[in-house]
Amino acid sequence: MQAQFQSVADFFHMGGYAFYVWLSYGIAYGSLGILIGFCITRKSRVLKEIAAKVQREERLAQHRSNKQ
Amino acid sequence: MWKWLHPYAEPQRAYQLAGKFIPWLSILATLMLLTGTIWGMVFSPTDYQQGDSYRIIFVHVPAASMSMSAYIGMAIAAFIGLVWQIKLADWMAASIAPVGAVITFIALVTGSTWGKPMWGTWWVWDARLTSELVLLFLYLGVISLYASFEDKVLAARAAGILAIVGVINIPIIKYSVDWWNSLHQGSIKMTGKTAMPPDMLVPLVINILGFGVMIAALSLVRFRAEILARNGMRPWVRELAQAEGVK
Repeated sequence: MQAQFQSVADFFHMGGYAFYVWLSYGIAYGSLGILIGFCITRKSRVLKEIAAKVQREERLAQHRSNKQ
Repeated sequence: MWKWLHPYAEPQRAYQLAGKFIPWLSILATLMLLTGTIWGMVFSPTDYQQGDSYRIIFVHVPAASMSMSAYIGMAIAAFIGLVWQIKLADWMAASIAPVGAVITFIALVTGSTWGKPMWGTWWVWDARLTSELVLLFLYLGVISLYASFEDKVLAARAAGILAIVGVINIPIIKYSVDWWNSLHQGSIKMTGKTAMPPDMLVPLVINILGFGVMIAALSLVRFRAEILARNGMRPWVRELAQAEGVK
């Protein structure tokens, strides 16, 4: 196996198709990166929501017991 | 015989099991995509007709073929959820949908940026491109239906029916290049005179599999979060939320 390009600049030039090749790879891996970010942070967002709900319920229960 | 499977239908067990698979799948996907992409971009021979523009294939074909596989996976999960009323299957289907939508988007965009230098146009309304666009809309439809109902049992039923009906689109995408005249090139030949040489085919196959493993890993990550979201009343989830959610 042998590298097909003479130099790094040659590689980035992509035989004259640099714009199209790097545009497609940029959008592809860029959107994958965003997707991965959203997937990973979703768990903590869900847990925060649930925690807030639990706290709200506790406050309500507290409030009710104060009234009596 | 299959009774050992039963405990895994319990949300907490499924959550833990998914958690065990994710690191391995992520490592495997990363290694495969690095290998396939570097091999394809640097070492695969230049195409005699398309020059180096063909190197878009190493992201376009994996995305396109796995956008269909992910859809079939989602539809199977939706079918299991619909017929046997297994909620975990519904949640799995809902977890695959956004991942599949992004993969389909990637297939469309990379196809477009490959079409411009080779065909002279970003887009044509031919069968292959249009049916792939319909696939994107099917994914978006499933996502929006699932998001539209507060009652997630009902939501999963509505989204599931759309997902199952939409399977009809998959053979249309797959065989569109054979059934209709198209600017899009035909399927890749593995054997025979016009077969793709191994120096191009092997990295391509590695990337296709890598995309598959990556989709599985991301779907499982979403699946775990979905289990938590749907079980917010369960004590184990509440404990987890108070341990990790309050910050």
